[in-house]
Formats: sequence, C-alpha cells, structure tokens
Amino acid sequence: MAKSIDVSDLSIYYGKFCAVQGVSLTIEPRSVTAFIGPSGCGKSSVLRTLNRMHEVVPGAWSSGKVLLDGEDIYSPSVDPVNVRRAIGMVFQKPNPFPTMSIYDNVAAGLKLQGRRPRRELDEIVERSLRAANLWEEVKDRLERPGAGLSGGQQQRLCIARAIAVEPEVLLMDEPCSALDPISTLAIEDLIEQLKEHYTIVIVTHNMQQAARVSDRTGFFNLAGVGQPGRLIEIDNTQRIFSNPAEKATEDYISGRFG
Amino acid sequence: MSILKTPVPGASTLSGTSTLSGARLRRGTLALVAVGAIAVTGLLETFTPVSGWAGSVLMAAAVYLVGQTVISFLVEGRRHALDRLVTTAVYAAFALAMLPLGAVLFKVVQRGGGLINGTFLTHSLRNIGPTDTGGGVYHGIVGTLEQAALASLISIPLAMLTAIYLVEYGRGWFARLVTFFVDVMTGVPSIVAGLFIFTVWVLMLGLNRSGFAATLALTILMIPIVVRSTEEMLKLVPDSLREASYALGVPKWRTILKVVVPTAVPGIVTGIMLGVARVMGETAPLLLLNGFTSSINFDPFSGPQAALPLIVWDQAGRPNPQSITRAWGSALVLIVMVLLLNLGARALARLSRTR
Repeated sequence: MAKSIDVSDLSIYYGKFCAVQGVSLTIEPRSVTAFIGPSGCGKSSVLRTLNRMHEVVPGAWSSGKVLLDGEDIYSPSVDPVNVRRAIGMVFQKPNPFPTMSIYDNVAAGLKLQGRRPRRELDEIVERSLRAANLWEEVKDRLERPGAGLSGGQQQRLCIARAIAVEPEVLLMDEPCSALDPISTLAIEDLIEQLKEHYTIVIVTHNMQQAARVSDRTGFFNLAGVGQPGRLIEIDNTQRIFSNPAEKATEDYISGRFG
Repeated sequence: MSILKTPVPGASTLSGTSTLSGARLRRGTLALVAVGAIAVTGLLETFTPVSGWAGSVLMAAAVYLVGQTVISFLVEGRRHALDRLVTTAVYAAFALAMLPLGAVLFKVVQRGGGLINGTFLTHSLRNIGPTDTGGGVYHGIVGTLEQAALASLISIPLAMLTAIYLVEYGRGWFARLVTFFVDVMTGVPSIVAGLFIFTVWVLMLGLNRSGFAATLALTILMIPIVVRSTEEMLKLVPDSLREASYALGVPKWRTILKVVVPTAVPGIVTGIMLGVARVMGETAPLLLLNGFTSSINFDPFSGPQAALPLIVWDQAGRPNPQSITRAWGSALVLIVMVLLLNLGARALARLSRTR
C-alpha cells in the first residue's frame, strides 16, 4: 500500500481554455501533501487529474505525465476505473449515497466492484468505520440511511467509504470546508492517523490546516483572470510557512495577496 | 373604524411611535367582508340579469376580492393589500382548477356507484341484452389490465434505456435526434398511433385484431411519456453522487444501475404511473385494433379482447338507460383501477427505500 506520485509537465484544459499549465511535482508515499492557493488557481483540477476524475467533466482533457509508482496512469492501455480503485477521493461536500444505509455506503465500493462474502464485508465495514473514527457513533444504527447523519459524520462516512476499498492514495478536495471546527479537528486527527498507511493529498483554503496536517505544501497561483494557474513552489511545509523561496508565496501566506 | 384598527398583540406600548408595528386587520373583519360581499351580491342580483348559483358564487367572490383589497389598502397599506389580493387569487385559482376534477368524480360516483357489486366486477356482458340490467365488466377489466401490463412490459425497459442513454451517454447529433423524435412521438395523436398499427398489423401483415395489436399502439403512446419523465428525474440526480461512485473505482454502468437509477426511482415511478394511467384510459386505438366482444378473453394474442374504455364508449352510445348506467359504472371501475395502481406503485417505491 501507499505509492508515490510523479507529475511532470501537466497541463489541464477545459475545451480550449487552459486552466493549469506546466505542473511538475513529486508526492512521497506515506506523506501528507497540501495544495493551497486562491480560488480558480487550478489546485482542485490538479487533484482531480491525479485519479482521472478530471475527464468525467465533458470537454475536459490534459497533457503531460502522471506516474503512480512509475506507471503512467494516462497511458492508453490503462483503465480509469482501475486508477480510481488505487487512488480514492473525498469531496468538498459530503456525498453519501442517499438510497443506501450507513453500512451499504461504506460497503458500496466493494459491493459495486463485485461480490464479497457477507462476513468479509462486515469486517471491512467495521475496520473502515473505526479508521474513520465513526464506529462508536454509528455501530447501533448501521441500517439507518447515511444521509441522516450530521455533516461532520457524513464526511467521516465518506472517508470510511473511500478507505474501505483500500486505495494506495487518498485525495481530499477541501474535505473540511463545509464542517464546523470540532468536526474539522476530528478529520485532521484522522488524516494524521491515515498517514501511516496512505499517501494523502489534500486541497485546502485553510492555511492553518495546511500547516497543521501536511508534510509538504504546494502553492498554486494564477497571473490573472483567464490566465492558466501554475504551481509556484512546493517544499516542506515548515519551509513554505517560515521562509518560502518565492515572494508570491510569502505574500499569499501573510495575507498580502491581491 | 375602530373595529378595523387594532394594534398587533404584543406590540410595544409605544406603538404610536413605533416604526416596526403597523395596523393589521382584525380576524373578524374578513368574515364581515365576506358577509358584506354576499349581501352586496344579493342586492346586485335584483338589478342585474345575473342568476343561477354559479353566477352568484362568482360574483360574490369578485366582490369579496375587491372589498378585502380596498379595506386592507386603507388600513394596512399597499404591500399588505397586494399580499392579500394575490393570496386570495391563488386560492381561487386552485379552487377553480379542482372544480372539474371534483365534479367528474362526483358525477361518476353518483351515476355509476350504485352498480358496483360482486356481479358487476366478476361477470361479462355476454348474453346481456341492451335493456337487461345485470352483467358486468369483468371482460373489460381483464382486457385493460392485460393490455396495460403488456404495454408497460414493452415500453418501460425501452423508455428507461432511452432515457439513460440520453442523460448518461448521449452527446452530439444522435442524442439531439433521439430527443427530437421523442418530442415528436409525444405529440402523436392516439388515433394516428392506432391507424399506424392497424396498417402494419392488419393490412400489411394480415394478422387479426387482438388485445396485443392494441397493446402495440399503446406502447407507441407510452414510450415518450416515460422517456421524458425518466430523463428529467435522472437529470436531477446530483453529479456529486456519480463522482463519488467513480472515485470508488466503480464502472460507469454499475454507477448508473446502483446509484443513479435508485436515487431517481420515486420520480421514475411517478412518470411510469402517469404513462400507465394515460394508456389505460386510451380509447381511440382500441376502436381500431381490439375488435369487439362482450365475452371474457384471457388471451391478448388471439381473438377480440374487450377493454374498459371500449365498454364505456359502446354502452354510452346506446339509447337505453340500463346501458348508460353501465357506462358510468365502467368509468368508475377504470378510475378506481388507475388510482389503486398508483397507490400500489407508490407504496412499492416507499418500501424499497432505506429508512
């Protein structure tokens, strides 16, 4: 488990519009990498190209290379479904399946990928919910709908659902932006624990969060409206927040941006 | 004017100077206006040629609307007066829209209700003369149920697959073409669908009229309704659910089958029931394709088969009161059948939901 990602010269397009240009970065296994930057700078788009979710949007395409442990995930022989099994994703808004119970939500990935014996499913569901710090809260109501949980619980349910399929990498697109501080803390603790087994990439607008949870931080910026976003720099989080190489990074972090 | 001006309960004692509380109409005032409107109507009717209860009700309603708005304007001001005017108008429009529905139901129950009994529901009209009482519409119930079931069996899968194609896969000119033809099909008059099947089935293929021939025409009518409603329901499923499923490494077809369609099921069921109701009440194609019989025929594939709308049409066209009463009774049976199917489908959709 836990693989590295190498991105080289990645550009992302929506139709003819170039949203992100020339991104190259390396993500180490069992580390947390945070992407920060202003809205529209393409950090979410970069995240979505890492597991080929980007191409789900009509008209969206990309160029460049994304290597998962040395294997190009954009090579023509690669099935995007297999890529997404290896690289899971948690979204900005909690999106549990409304027709499914808590149990079925967690088991969804496994069930929808193929049949598994019930006992094995039970084990995986419990393990995933425990890993997501949700087991104690829901163990007595696994057959209730997942949509009935609170926002923070729903997001942890979505994380449990994502790790139930045992991906190599977990991508998180602003996972706490719709949550209160206590739920946010619960999820940050969770990220800290998950780091032991997974490679995690997180997009966040909360710079304190990036400083708290990540080992490395990448700063994205765009020159202006209609211009493509770029990766300005990526370095150890400590360094980015104390002594960044680029002036733009320092301006953004200290709030002097724009 | 003292009955009109009253401070809002709980308003501050400084209400004279408060800018937050204003004069409101007392609860009893509107009742007074209503009584006044009825009185004015009575007065007006002595001078004008308006008569009959429908005219009186309409006039009283109009007088009430004007009176209420004017008094509200004088006491409460322009915004409240407009609010009351529009609120009353919306309720009036609702009542007006419900009127035909209520009237039809009332008339059908009044004229046909007395006929409904065990015999009527379990016997056919075989050997029942025009002036005989007795007999029933069992042959029609069997025919209508079989034809509607067969039509559903053919159209629901076709229509749902079409809708799924249009929403999940369809891009470019072919999808636009399919959408266009679905729209055209929605507009096809039922008699034209009937004539088309008559031409193909009876004239070209030389086959006999039967329940199944009618079923084919009903299918043409049902498919576009179900496609359209299913399409709209599938579009309402948020993309975030599809993405959540893709992100788990679930293939697209399984995502559609296990996430998208189940999420849209309540709406899809409603659409299907609209289609079934439309098809069960359809008469024109049946006139061409069912053939005529007053006997029970369980086999829709051979020989003429009756249907409830056909019985209504046939019996209502006869001069004797016994037949006309039977027409009302058959209409009532048809309405109740559609209602029961609707309730049943809803209960099923509700049962399948996670609680």
